[in-house]
Amino acid sequence: MSEADRGARGLEARLVVRRGAFDLDLALTAAPGEVVALLGPNGAGKSTALRALAGLVAMAGGHIRVDGDDLRPLPPDRRRIGMVFQDYLLFPHLSALENVAFGPRCQGAGRRAARRRAAEWLERVGLAEFASARPRALSGGQAQRVALARALAVDPGLLLLDEPLAALDVHTRMDVRAALRRHLAGFGGAAVLVTHDPLDAMVLADRIVVIEGGRLVQEGTPAEVARRPRTGYVARLVGLNLYRGRAEAGTVTIEDGTGTVEDGAATLDTVDSLEGEVFLAFAPSAVALYRTRPDGSPRNLWRARVAAIERHGDRARVRLAGPPFDAVAEVTPAAVAELQLSEGSMIWAAVKATETHVYPA
Amino acid sequence: MKDADRLAGRPPLVLLVPALAGLAFLVLPLAGLLVRAPWSTLGTRLMQDQVLDALRLSLVTATLATVLCLLFGVPLAWMLARVPFRGVRLVRALVTVPLVLPPVVGGVALLLVLGRRGLVGGWLDEAFGITFPFTTAGVVLAETFVAMPFLVISVEGALRAADLRYEEAAATLGAGRWTIFHRVTLPLVAPGVAAGAVLCWARALGEFGATITFAGNFPGRTQTMPLAVYLALETDPQAAIVLSLVLLAVAVIVLAALRDRWMTTS
Amino acid sequence: MRTWIAIAAAALLVTGAAGCGEAGDGASGSGGGDGGGTLTVFAAASLTEAFTSLGATFEGTRPGVRVRFNFGASSTLAQQITQGAPADVFASASPATMKTVTDAGDAAGRPQVFTRNRLVIAVPKDNPGRVAAVGDLSRPGLKVVLCAAQVPCGAAAAKALGAAKVEVEPVSREKDVKAVLTKVGLGEADAGLVYRTDVKAAGDRVTGIEFPQAAQAINDYPIVAVARAPQGALAKEFIQLVLGPQGRTVLGRAGFEAP
Repeated sequence: MSEADRGARGLEARLVVRRGAFDLDLALTAAPGEVVALLGPNGAGKSTALRALAGLVAMAGGHIRVDGDDLRPLPPDRRRIGMVFQDYLLFPHLSALENVAFGPRCQGAGRRAARRRAAEWLERVGLAEFASARPRALSGGQAQRVALARALAVDPGLLLLDEPLAALDVHTRMDVRAALRRHLAGFGGAAVLVTHDPLDAMVLADRIVVIEGGRLVQEGTPAEVARRPRTGYVARLVGLNLYRGRAEAGTVTIEDGTGTVEDGAATLDTVDSLEGEVFLAFAPSAVALYRTRPDGSPRNLWRARVAAIERHGDRARVRLAGPPFDAVAEVTPAAVAELQLSEGSMIWAAVKATETHVYPA
Repeated sequence: MKDADRLAGRPPLVLLVPALAGLAFLVLPLAGLLVRAPWSTLGTRLMQDQVLDALRLSLVTATLATVLCLLFGVPLAWMLARVPFRGVRLVRALVTVPLVLPPVVGGVALLLVLGRRGLVGGWLDEAFGITFPFTTAGVVLAETFVAMPFLVISVEGALRAADLRYEEAAATLGAGRWTIFHRVTLPLVAPGVAAGAVLCWARALGEFGATITFAGNFPGRTQTMPLAVYLALETDPQAAIVLSLVLLAVAVIVLAALRDRWMTTS
Repeated sequence: MRTWIAIAAAALLVTGAAGCGEAGDGASGSGGGDGGGTLTVFAAASLTEAFTSLGATFEGTRPGVRVRFNFGASSTLAQQITQGAPADVFASASPATMKTVTDAGDAAGRPQVFTRNRLVIAVPKDNPGRVAAVGDLSRPGLKVVLCAAQVPCGAAAAKALGAAKVEVEPVSREKDVKAVLTKVGLGEADAGLVYRTDVKAAGDRVTGIEFPQAAQAINDYPIVAVARAPQGALAKEFIQLVLGPQGRTVLGRAGFEAP
């Protein structure tokens, strides 16, 4: 760790938490103004990481620096962080205004000053007229905005959001997500957001950190993560077929593949010129299905068994089972009928080399 | 909400019958008192100075005892619910001792500790000239001793049921432990505290055994209503019934008033 | 003392309702004639030691017979009997209390005085108030406890102190003589008026100081068989035992005087 890192602004942390069989070891950074989303399946350690940042979970090692200060030795109440909890946890016995004024009061502001600051924040999140309302009287979206105002009213150096949209229904969620994005954009400090919803992560975050089993598995901008998933979990989240393999002269031999593509090994041709260990990804919509072997054979052609057919929006997702490898194809419902697809039937699948995307593993 | 309303309408007989039997068991003795009450002489009996003295003393001491229970019992309940320490089970069991101890034994125990020659009382007497037996303060102590478990158990239950994450939320907002306790935890468990205080007050108001054993019986100073009732029973059972009814009526009125004010707000 | 309070409290709660449940259960569960059976004796608390001993003697000479005692404040016992509690014998510490039972028509025959008790000044073993005579009880600052006027020992105390022309301002008027004794025994009070038998029963925790004016407040103990007693014959035999030489000896040992 260099001196420059130590004095860096924003969040710079290594979180080590041990809890029985589970252990979390995660390096995490967030520049001032940057929103980092922690994305991962249930039990991956996202919330634990967030609670460790807040000081609500004891750390077995590591450090937490915000704007150069090490927060790890400090109790939660002295860390100057703002946290928005999953179900907001607005104090039920206090009005919206008093909830927001709670933090400033604790920081030593006078009653009047705290209330003034709280009123400003409520104004900013568009809830000025709900100042005297009890949390019970607020809708889910309003409660979320009060929780955000409450967290921001302490002027935190670091903002933590634990599944801030999970408690909302689909319709409110869209509006609240858009509003949250605006407020996050206006926040000057580092922000860490925990979510299991890729869409929330894509919309709200500048950078995504994917964790699985307590470890970082991928990190990048939303676009990078979406285009170049590095684990099956991420690939499924962003809806891509993902394979790991070895590239040699424009052909990728799939690592876990068996049997043949057409006649040879489980290989796919690409137009990339990478060599060595690679990931290969292609979209389900890039897969074409044929009832009989097509003429003029495209190069990546294989025979597959239909394992399942699921409706996905106005399209149908066809799960293809190997050998040579598993894949998902997306076709129109009309095509399902035309091809007379049913579970267990055998079909031909093809993907153009130009539709595949190869990147280093 | 809708489901609850729909279910509320028809209680099954299996519950209804024992519920009514239980209610009858609790209410019939009261009916017995009402039936045997000497209604014609009620007014004159009530206006006796000794009755009013005893009633005033009962209300004052029960209220003071409740205040003491709150001052010491709420922090104790908090310790039991929130601070993990070795022997917490033992301490919890010890807290309930006054519940199972016959009050008279409790009174003797208090004498042994806080009496003029007690472990602590002897020192208090020598150093400060403070003695508790035969004083109103002694009545308050006896009532506090017997009533405190009701408060501690009630508040501890409420604290255990409370969502700890509110306290975490308060901590992230910069609240220290004391601020969290009095601005978040306490308001959240307020219904439990209120229920405990009411139980506590009722128990203190009806306290007899520990009071008479520890503080004695002297009109205007240590003779509370239950003591007056007991002694009236010796010579004039009719008067005892009147006194009991007064105590009951006052208790019911106070509790009903508190219930309307406190219990329904949360 | 514990059961005593429980019984008193129960009596208080069910005044006008069913009477005493516990004693009723015991008697009805084991009644029966032909030599066997359970005799139920309601007796003043001060008789506990003497009657328990006499009960054992009674059982020893009558195989199959059991004696159950309900010791308590005479007034409480009288109230239980007039409310229908199934007692066979009632031994009271005061003729006044006995009168409530005879007036209610609950006595079989006339009560007989079988023993007497007199008041003494009880002081803690080390006598911190340096009480020597009854006149000392009026000394300011001395903590004196008496029985409440409503209970027999309180009335007796008033009478004796009146005879001695001593004005006493007690710190407490206790509900019964045992409570007076407790406070004196623990040193909370400097002196109290109790019965001679109580000082005897208390062992060496308290010292008794006799005073002549106590003769003005001698307490007579009447005994009677209860009307409609489940064990009428046994009741008469037990009363004979109490009145006889054996009873006199046992009672004398406990500090009572012959009538």
